[in-house]
Amino acid sequence: MSTPAIRLKDVSIRFPIRKGVLRRVVGEVRAVDSISFDINEGETVGLVGESGSGKSTTGRGLLGLSHLSGGTVECFGQDLAALKRDRGALPRISQLVFQDPYASLNPRMTIGETLGEVLHVHRLVPPAEIGARVAKLLDDVGLRRETAERHPHALSGGQRQRVAIARALAIEPKFIVLDEVVSALDVSIQGQIVNLLQDLQRQRNLTYLFITHDLSIVRHVSHSIVVLYGGQIMEMGPRDSLFAQPLHPYTSALLSAVPVPDPRIERARARLEVRSEPPDPSAPLPGCRFQRSCAFAISRCQIERPVLRPIGSHDSRHVAACHRMDEPLVREALSRASHGALS
Amino acid sequence: MTMHSNAAPSPAAPILEVSHLGVAYGNDARKVQVVHDVSLAVSPGEALGIVGESGCGKSQTMLAVLRLLPRGGRVSGGAVRFDGRDVLALSARDVRGIRGHGLALISQDALTALNPAMTIGTQMAEPLIHYDGVSGAQARKRCAELLDLVGIPGATSRLGSYPHELSGGMRQRALIAMAISANPKVLIADEPTTALDVTTQAQILQLIDRLRRDLGMALILITHDLGVVAGVTDRVAVMYAGRVVETATTEDLFASPRHPYTKALLDSTARIEGQVSDRLSPIPGLPPDPRSPVSGCAFHPRCSYVRDVCHQDLPQLVDGIAGGEHPVRCFVDPFVTAPARRAGEAAR
Amino acid sequence: MLSFILNRALQIIPVIIGVTIATFLLAQIIPGDPADVLLGSTASEETRQELRTALGLSEPVYIQYGIYLKNLLQGDLGQSFTFAEPVTQVLVSRLFNTSLLAIAAIILASIVGVAAGTWAALKPGSIRDQGLSVVVLFFNSMPSFWLGLVLILIFGLHLRLLPVGGMDDATGSLAGLAAHMVLPTFTLAAWSLAVIARMTRSAILDVINSDYIRTARSRGVSEARIVLRHALPNAMPTVITVIGMQMGFLLSGAVLTETVFSWPGIGLAMYQAISTRDIPLIQGGILVLAIAFVLINFVVDILYAYFNPKIKLA
Repeated sequence: MSTPAIRLKDVSIRFPIRKGVLRRVVGEVRAVDSISFDINEGETVGLVGESGSGKSTTGRGLLGLSHLSGGTVECFGQDLAALKRDRGALPRISQLVFQDPYASLNPRMTIGETLGEVLHVHRLVPPAEIGARVAKLLDDVGLRRETAERHPHALSGGQRQRVAIARALAIEPKFIVLDEVVSALDVSIQGQIVNLLQDLQRQRNLTYLFITHDLSIVRHVSHSIVVLYGGQIMEMGPRDSLFAQPLHPYTSALLSAVPVPDPRIERARARLEVRSEPPDPSAPLPGCRFQRSCAFAISRCQIERPVLRPIGSHDSRHVAACHRMDEPLVREALSRASHGALS
Repeated sequence: MTMHSNAAPSPAAPILEVSHLGVAYGNDARKVQVVHDVSLAVSPGEALGIVGESGCGKSQTMLAVLRLLPRGGRVSGGAVRFDGRDVLALSARDVRGIRGHGLALISQDALTALNPAMTIGTQMAEPLIHYDGVSGAQARKRCAELLDLVGIPGATSRLGSYPHELSGGMRQRALIAMAISANPKVLIADEPTTALDVTTQAQILQLIDRLRRDLGMALILITHDLGVVAGVTDRVAVMYAGRVVETATTEDLFASPRHPYTKALLDSTARIEGQVSDRLSPIPGLPPDPRSPVSGCAFHPRCSYVRDVCHQDLPQLVDGIAGGEHPVRCFVDPFVTAPARRAGEAAR
Repeated sequence: MLSFILNRALQIIPVIIGVTIATFLLAQIIPGDPADVLLGSTASEETRQELRTALGLSEPVYIQYGIYLKNLLQGDLGQSFTFAEPVTQVLVSRLFNTSLLAIAAIILASIVGVAAGTWAALKPGSIRDQGLSVVVLFFNSMPSFWLGLVLILIFGLHLRLLPVGGMDDATGSLAGLAAHMVLPTFTLAAWSLAVIARMTRSAILDVINSDYIRTARSRGVSEARIVLRHALPNAMPTVITVIGMQMGFLLSGAVLTETVFSWPGIGLAMYQAISTRDIPLIQGGILVLAIAFVLINFVVDILYAYFNPKIKLA
């Protein structure tokens, strides 16, 4: 494999907390705390985590929409900071599609006008050809050409999400951040959008960062998966390896919490409890971020921050940050909780 | 034409029985029928799941049962019997007596379902003080016990908190505590975990399941998520376009779904277990808009088992080939009939 | 909260400077020569020129403004031609009278408006709700001077129940003052009352469809409690904003109402000043009204923040 398309190195995103008349900085929220991972060209990385895990902030950071407090991002061999200085360069490489397409579409503009505006602003095609290009874009995302004359409110949620994808594609980016793109859609429609995204990826060699809280969807779309908790990576690795054998107690807890549409499995499952609420990102504890919620926490977890590492003879690309993940008893408990009952 | 009851015969007499309920919006000239001929029943202590996608009428049915339809909505037919009483015929005052005490509601988003300008304790205690005539101090004590029961730590101090000061999971717990405060016989939970993180969802479902068993309530769990009903319900009704299309025991429904919609919904759901398929199998097309109803079976434009008869005639909810207790609203049985066309061929 | 108040207070300063410029220029733009007004058209050009010089009217505009501002800071708003008194003195004695009327009117409009709006919102679409809409439309489309005249006609001249002009009877008793206040207060309040009622009604109907109202209903809370304890407090921020805006409008409405009822307030003085081109008094009156408007808005902003602990005070 050549150099990755997107490479994050020790990326941190912190937001200051201000108070008083003078808006003095009295603290900071560590939304993203020193994370590193790669996305290979033409592949999808699933970024998984619950609310407050920093997953959306990471996505925005990659697009230059959030200021990086530390670390670097390499985008197709170029430094993100340099791309940001060159106005318009970053949007031509990377685009964002997010959960609520209704909020991102101007209700007074027709779909054709919305798509035409993007083409016009970026001077992608001569004005005379805009209509034809809009029609082509609608074709590409599986919408009828007549859709160009309609307004966002006349479309269903799935159709609006297709329009949002078409708008991102208009610029012909190489990389798209997909932030909870199917979360608001009905189950029967989710698959349509996921399949569309996968088809587009194959045809155009697109690179995706697929941000979601939904582990079942992420399993279907991702080549590899990054699990975030409290702004830090708990575990990451190739999809099959991670789902077959999660190494981190948090990943196991997540998997064991996902309801399975099969009553026999549901009733037989042993759930791994997450004991408390997510950590306060403005007052991080020393040691492991997950310590308070972890069923396996020991005193070492409160002192020493675990580093990402593989275990034993396992796939070396599959890493997790846990002090106890090599212990046979812990391994067995995790395996039972996360997938033992499923297979 | 014989009408079949949707509900399988239950061992005990039903505590809540909905028969042939219809809900419509607008006047006769521009009537939009969102619920058609829905019959459901739930026995004391039983857990019934109602599954369907947005706009299928599942929430509207339950709001009609509670007589809480928003303005413009009305019951266009049918009956609701709770504990032997005709709910739709009750006076406004008597309905208040049933709400909370007989039928309790938990809604989806606890942040909007709790009054932002009132403390948790004040809103919890309100019906206890003003309807049941409990003294302020007693109500406070009872509320603290309830918060403790639903697993809110430091319950007494939480009574003085405003909703925005609690986390999402804690707010949902507080909402549940409010719902059970007057010992209801039927707990209606409308998408109670949809707004929550997955680990919190698991805890809340466990809590609802435990409370139902401990307090002997019946539960009606409304959800779009088949996984959610699989764990905590005894029976499931599947709704599509305002109608019940299939009801069965939870075991039966998942083991042998008989309506093509149920089957397609199960097939389209992404899973964390089993083989990873390279592609998901979505249901083609879109659910119908109740303002422009589809002729015949409402699912026929998206159905892979569609036959000519489905275009014109509405199938009745009848017991399938397999015998009783599993009524299906379909002319074909996907277990014995091959698909007429492959999924995905239908118009998009 | 304190930093929020300080912040808002600082924002007032440029507004007030702007107001002084505006009032000054406004008077410059009004056509007509005060010399004509004071001396009549028969006076010789020489006498007129002398008077202009004496009044400082022959200086360049910016110098006139400088003088105006300097005097203003010393509390000197000039001499009123018509009242032959310092403007400050004219305004101070009348500010109390206007405030009395305006405060009585806003209290009336707020209490009756909020009550009527809430009462209508209890049963949207009912006869009482539609009745309120008609009354609102009636009050909002009727000019206050006309309403004042109609009231004078009915209560003063036909029924002879209430006095129709001035501020007190010969005895100067409190009862006499109250009787004189009834008609002007109602005339002044009518428009605002209608607006407040309409906004209260719609603010309550906005929140009445909220999930938390449904939660309360689902628990058997009575409809009256739902409106009074759940809907009204959540509708309050909107209602307070509207009341605050109405307080500003009441000040300008006072000009007409005071004229109709010969109420000796700033409004009546302004009316007289305008008809006699008494520029210093016009300037002073507008300045006082504008500053009152700004200060009222300041107080409303603070109240709004106080009722909304969740809004970001930035």
